[in-house]
Amino acid sequence: MADEKKTVDPEKEKRKIKSVRRMKEIMTAYYIDAKNAGKSGRKVAWITSGGPVEPLIAMDVIPVYPENHGAMIGASKMGAVLCAKAEETGYSRDLCSYARSDIGASLTNGGPIGGLPAPDFLVCCNNICGTVLKWYEVQARKYNVPLFFFDTPFIHTDFTEDARKYVRTQVDEYIGFLEQACGRKMDYGRMEEVGRLSVKAQRLWRDVLETCAHSPAPMTAFDAFFHLALIVTLRGTRVVVDYYTELLAELRDRIARGISMVPDEKYRLIWDNLPVWYKTKWLSDKFAEHHACLVADTYCSAWSGVLDLIDENNFLESMATAYPSIYINVSIDRMFVILKNMLVKYRADGLVMHSNRSCKPYSLGQYDLQKMVMKELGIPVLIIEADMVDERSFSESQIETRIDAFMEVLKQGR
Amino acid sequence: MEAMEFLRGVAADPHAYARKWKSSGGGRVVGYFCTYTPDELIRAAGCLPFRIFGSGGNMTRADAHLQSYSCSLVRGGLEEALSGRLDFLDATVFPHTCDSIQRLSDIWRLSACVPLHFDVVLPVKLNTASAGRYMVDVFKKFRSDLEGATGTGIDAEKISEEIRNSNRMKRILAGIYEARSADPLSISGGDVYSLIKSSMVMDRGEFIGLAEEVLAGLGPGASAGAGSLKRIVLAGGICSHPDVYSILERSGAHVVWDELCTGTRYFEGEISEKGDPVESLAARYMDRIVCPAKHSDIYARGKNIVRIARERKADGVIFILLKFCDPHAFDYPYMKESLDAGGIPSILLEIEEKLPPEGQLLTRLETFVSTL
Ligand code: SF4
Ligand code: SF4
Repeated sequence: MADEKKTVDPEKEKRKIKSVRRMKEIMTAYYIDAKNAGKSGRKVAWITSGGPVEPLIAMDVIPVYPENHGAMIGASKMGAVLCAKAEETGYSRDLCSYARSDIGASLTNGGPIGGLPAPDFLVCCNNICGTVLKWYEVQARKYNVPLFFFDTPFIHTDFTEDARKYVRTQVDEYIGFLEQACGRKMDYGRMEEVGRLSVKAQRLWRDVLETCAHSPAPMTAFDAFFHLALIVTLRGTRVVVDYYTELLAELRDRIARGISMVPDEKYRLIWDNLPVWYKTKWLSDKFAEHHACLVADTYCSAWSGVLDLIDENNFLESMATAYPSIYINVSIDRMFVILKNMLVKYRADGLVMHSNRSCKPYSLGQYDLQKMVMKELGIPVLIIEADMVDERSFSESQIETRIDAFMEVLKQGR
Repeated sequence: MEAMEFLRGVAADPHAYARKWKSSGGGRVVGYFCTYTPDELIRAAGCLPFRIFGSGGNMTRADAHLQSYSCSLVRGGLEEALSGRLDFLDATVFPHTCDSIQRLSDIWRLSACVPLHFDVVLPVKLNTASAGRYMVDVFKKFRSDLEGATGTGIDAEKISEEIRNSNRMKRILAGIYEARSADPLSISGGDVYSLIKSSMVMDRGEFIGLAEEVLAGLGPGASAGAGSLKRIVLAGGICSHPDVYSILERSGAHVVWDELCTGTRYFEGEISEKGDPVESLAARYMDRIVCPAKHSDIYARGKNIVRIARERKADGVIFILLKFCDPHAFDYPYMKESLDAGGIPSILLEIEEKLPPEGQLLTRLETFVSTL
């Protein structure tokens, strides 16, 4: 940032979340650690965002998330360039932009942090999509490293006992794979501790998100997108628990002192799908202009959505049910139940759905969800078409017009 | 050949065939989307498995449910159902395939008004013992779900009989492919397409009888002129555009083999006729050359395409991929690289709902063929 003299707006200063600084420190230290893994002798595993990270933590492996990296690429507006690199080598522009930008970054060591540290092995869990499977196969060939694939059967109508047994067996196979890759045995005592910390962090994350049930909300979904990184990447470590404890305290304090994120909050909206990483500031300002606050979203809450299914005293066992049950690995009708609860709980006035070209499992079905929400809850729904990382798929003027028109509808509804 | 004429008719209008089969007392018609559907179980229940290919026409109803960035198979299939053209279906089966089919299954279950719906949530990983056991469990569950829904017991002997029929069909199709490979002019690409397509929608016994006739009619020995033709292998997912074949033939080339879901991936690999039939079925789906939406040896598809091209003395490979098909699009660069490394030329045709204009396609293919 330029060194220009800024006049500090005390109103704005007051609204800033102070924990942000600590969060940045933690993430920086984490990436430095990961990039220096070669020196410290620790193993690096690339893992998908919905994947079972806890056993990696217990084995002292550094988990690295190409998707989190993808989000950073998007936020630094480097998505289009890196995606184009992948396209030059034959990857279709219609593929997920996390995958394309990661492939582009690994070909060129490009991106905001000069590329990710090379993996010693890969862990891919398809509870978020089938894309990650193909993407990790590409990287397994490129880096010529072992790939463990954690297969979590999709839940259309029910999760069968057969499926549970299959996933349960894979938990053991996963640990066996890690033991071999790391050349040492799993310490099950440590694993239990990590499991407990993971559950604790998920509870705190849920509480953090739920502070926004208060009106006015102490933060918005755009803030949550930022604070999300830790529950995704380092769940199961002490630092995450400490951080969210601190953040939660700050948010509660804001509520007590009546500090809202959106000045004069009038409309409460829910966001669906991934953030548009290169436009979070623009979108956030746009909604704030209309006194609309994005109070919750289906994406961030996915990392605390299966808490009920996890037994902290029997973590490995309950993983077999919890991991396949996350938001995006279930049918539209199951998603609707979750969405409905969220709309009611947060007293939402509207729903904004990001129809994300990159993410078919998240986006296909949104038209049906839209109809269900309008029909059953009578809540207006806006769909905007974009892409989370590839800014070439964002039409600012068109989206601006649509948001303005949507807000008009909300205002008239009052 | 009368047999071929009949099969062409079925491929051109499979709906008419299914309707007729049903009204002549056949039984239930069960729609399905992917070659990982254990159609032997459906047949053993006395039903007709009917592969849904998508309409390729205008999308009017499907657009209310699916974004423009889903593939034409998914959109076209839904369009067919919502427009009532599939009203003869009694059930639909969705074996777990890709992200788009997964969501289509939900949308279909909620909106398509087909009385019965089955999700066959297969393992995606096909190279471990635990996945193999899960596959058996999934098939057993599908069998009992079918029994419950149709009120028909499916006994092991019936399944075994269908397995033997499947193997017969596979041998006949392989025979036709071999004959074409030996003499590309013995049968047109369009006719091979009709054979494969009708095999996926027809009563098996009836199909076997007709296909046997076709095979018997393919004389041995090379036709005059076959030597100067360029030999092409088609690779990709499903090819439901028979015009590609005639345009290719006009450009001086002939398909001699393929690596398609609507091709070798469908009929290669026989099912064991020994042991428990459901286990044999599951084993065959574990072993087959993987579709890109499944996980197995990550080098298998690259090796396989090079092997096919070499064995079939192909001059070139044409990738024919549906736009917005993620699994195939992810494999494409690696597949192409494998061919490049083997010195085998290839091009990519990306197909949307409709083929590109004929003139344009012909020029592209001619240009490619002239470089071979
Ligand atoms: S954005 Fe969607 S398709 Fe891409 S990795 Fe994430 S879940 Fe998969
Ligand atoms: S595998 Fe490809 S062609 Fe088949 S349904 Fe999925 S996206 Fe469409």
